[in-house]
Amino acid sequence: MHPLGFTCGEIASLSWGKQIDLLGKNHKIKIKKNKIKTASKQVPESAIDMENENDNIINEVTQGEYKYGFVTDIESDSIPKGINEDIVRLISEKKNEPAFMLDFRLKAYRKWLTMEMPRWAHLKIPEINYHDIIYYSIPRQAAKYKSIDEVDPVLKDTFNKLGIPLEEQKHLAGVAVDAVMDSISVKTTFKETLAESGIIFCSMSEAIKEHPDLIKKYLGSVVPYGDNYFAALNSAVFSDGSFVYIPKGIRCPMELSTYFRINAANTGQFERTLIIADDESYVSYLEGCTAPRRDENQLHAAVVEIIALEHAEVKYSTVQNWYPGDKNGKGGIYNFVTKRGICKGDNSKISWTQVETGSAITWKYPGCILKGNNSTGEFFSVAVTNNYQQADTGTKMIHLGANTKSRILSKGISAGRSNNSYRGLVKMTKNAENSRNFSQCDSLLLGDKCGAHTFPYIDVQNKTSIVEHEATTSKIGEDQIFYCNQRGISTEDAVGLIVNGYVKEVINRLPMEFAVEAQKLLQISLEGSVG
Amino acid sequence: MLTIKNLKAGINGKEILKGIDIFVKEGEVHAIMGPNGSGKSTLAAVLAGRELFKVTEGEVSYFGKNLLEMKPENRARAGIFLGFQYPIEIPGVSMVNFMRAAVNEHRKFRGLNPLSSSDFLKLMREKKELVEIDSKLTNRSVNEGFSGGEKKKNEIFQMAMLEPKLAILDETDSGLDIDALRVVANGVNKLKTKENSTIVITHYQRLLDYIVPDFVHVLYKGRIVKSAGKELAFELEEKGYDWIKKELGEE
Ligand SMILES: Nc1ncnc2c1ncn2[C@@H]1O[C@H](COP(=O)(O)OP(=O)(O)O)[C@@H](O)[C@H]1O
Ligand SMILES: [Mg+2]
Repeated sequence: MHPLGFTCGEIASLSWGKQIDLLGKNHKIKIKKNKIKTASKQVPESAIDMENENDNIINEVTQGEYKYGFVTDIESDSIPKGINEDIVRLISEKKNEPAFMLDFRLKAYRKWLTMEMPRWAHLKIPEINYHDIIYYSIPRQAAKYKSIDEVDPVLKDTFNKLGIPLEEQKHLAGVAVDAVMDSISVKTTFKETLAESGIIFCSMSEAIKEHPDLIKKYLGSVVPYGDNYFAALNSAVFSDGSFVYIPKGIRCPMELSTYFRINAANTGQFERTLIIADDESYVSYLEGCTAPRRDENQLHAAVVEIIALEHAEVKYSTVQNWYPGDKNGKGGIYNFVTKRGICKGDNSKISWTQVETGSAITWKYPGCILKGNNSTGEFFSVAVTNNYQQADTGTKMIHLGANTKSRILSKGISAGRSNNSYRGLVKMTKNAENSRNFSQCDSLLLGDKCGAHTFPYIDVQNKTSIVEHEATTSKIGEDQIFYCNQRGISTEDAVGLIVNGYVKEVINRLPMEFAVEAQKLLQISLEGSVG
Repeated sequence: MLTIKNLKAGINGKEILKGIDIFVKEGEVHAIMGPNGSGKSTLAAVLAGRELFKVTEGEVSYFGKNLLEMKPENRARAGIFLGFQYPIEIPGVSMVNFMRAAVNEHRKFRGLNPLSSSDFLKLMREKKELVEIDSKLTNRSVNEGFSGGEKKKNEIFQMAMLEPKLAILDETDSGLDIDALRVVANGVNKLKTKENSTIVITHYQRLLDYIVPDFVHVLYKGRIVKSAGKELAFELEEKGYDWIKKELGEE
């Protein structure tokens, strides 16, 4: 039995169960599937020409450039390629970890050996050679800096270029940052200020050494090491990441954020984030990610766990902008991530907001286990795919407690030859009486070579809960673009306006500064994809 | 300002405009009339730069420039406004954002700075009064959930905001009740100056009671088959389009 009171195979694992029968056997499930909205009804005879027109526009506009593709020239200290028990031991040793951690890693590694890469996603994943990856690489002399003056100027520069100054006085007011490059946290800002109210915000490596009791209690408690293939791999070899603990009754006075950067070649990034919000506390946390432009694919397999105790609230926002590969589909990050939160206490709340614009392949389903009565889980997502990108993303809302609520709003945008799938599981267990879910999944297509797919899985085991699912698919019409053009708005700007309108509800949930960033990012990722 | 010479255009090899000649000077109002399917909207779309239609022959010059080489957004910025027969809905894009983008693009083209939010809202208020459009409409998404009449009023509102040199109004009168028709026509008249010109595309004479044309052209099967002064509109109203067909020996 797992510490959460259920076995992994039962709920916590990534098994999806049966895909929903759209006719809705269960009368409590209301489904409005695929209300198709198009704005081009008026001149039906021209439909075919419009398609041609779309092609022309798509082909003619220039390609958007990934702006974070530079490489920092810094020596790194890496261990040999490949994975085996010795490598796992070596990582733990490099990090001076206590024995319980090595134990955790080895168990995970042995479990991983028995597992197979999942195949159910709507993704074409090329074979990954796990022996060809470097599992631990740190910029030389990156042993956690105490003061900003000790940070290698080259590293400071790197983060400056990314818009993440490491000097506290230069930083966006009210945002504390943990900057992670490859396998290590480079600098955590405002650590001392936060400590005054008892908040712990530090790298995972530090937390393992300095707060072992919290780690022992919570690490792997939401995403068990055997949860799925990538979670097992991560549990075996994870290198760094952020740790957050908000004590009872504290509202964290600033946004906490982690900026992940992959720099070294042939390296995988396996970071681990753990957030614990004690009773009646609140925290808003944001993660951002970028990587250099490289021809070979790189693996990013992270695990994020959130624990919200009674009356606690955690907002977790992601702006994911890993290198997506070039316009012909060469290179890019494989982003295979397991993110899950548990509303452990009554009246707790966890919100996931994600803006996913990067990565060659994205596979992630931030979910909530609603264990406490009256707890709430939310998932707000914008996922953009362009060129040859693939994304299979969505959420899992597992209702265990009574009167629990979940809300899902997913906005997919597909352009180029990309494929974008929403996959969502809503499960109402027997004890989750009077619970509610509302899911809205919208897809926007730009051009006609891309795909959008929706895979809802619904499992309701009591008679008092209500699950609602709505899906729409729409397309930016050539006539809409022309209407904008006729008012003096260029095609690129017209797409920007329409896309911004479409994603507004999700973007507005991000902290202000990041909302603006995210909007720009969307524009960049869709440059040259008009249709 | 606008010279159309022997303009031929079509779609997928099907010729729709079969040689059009029209000359528009500053301050003139031209009416283009003709039965359904004769190519009126196609002509308007070609002038506005819709690439769906391919120009196969002829020339169009606008203030001495080759209009056909200009991108649609540059034609708009240079002062050509098309009031759509069927205005397009753009869900999720508020009228305010849409108009702000449009107005600022026009200003940029003329080397002006973007309007501040307060100046922009002031301009919106002024123009809304001019065309008697309800604020609840301008707070919505572009044309979304607008009635047919509201969409047409919204076109005139946008025209008022953008102050075009050449406005082409494609059946702005169709689907309007008499009050709305009066509002729309008044809006157009109030915006009229000695410098700007209007091409009014219409089916019926009734709009021309309000917007008095200097010239009336009858477009039929892709050709201008008759051009005259405003009296032609009355004659058409009286005798119907069959009269034209008869004159052409078609019946
Ligand atoms: N998008 C299109 N595709 C194919 N044929 C079209 C298209 N638009 C218009 N047409 C054809 O061109 C002719 C002229 O249409 P239109 O310009 O809309 O006429 P009007 O505005 O005078 O009623 C008609 O025969 C119509 O069917
Ligand atoms: Mg027409």
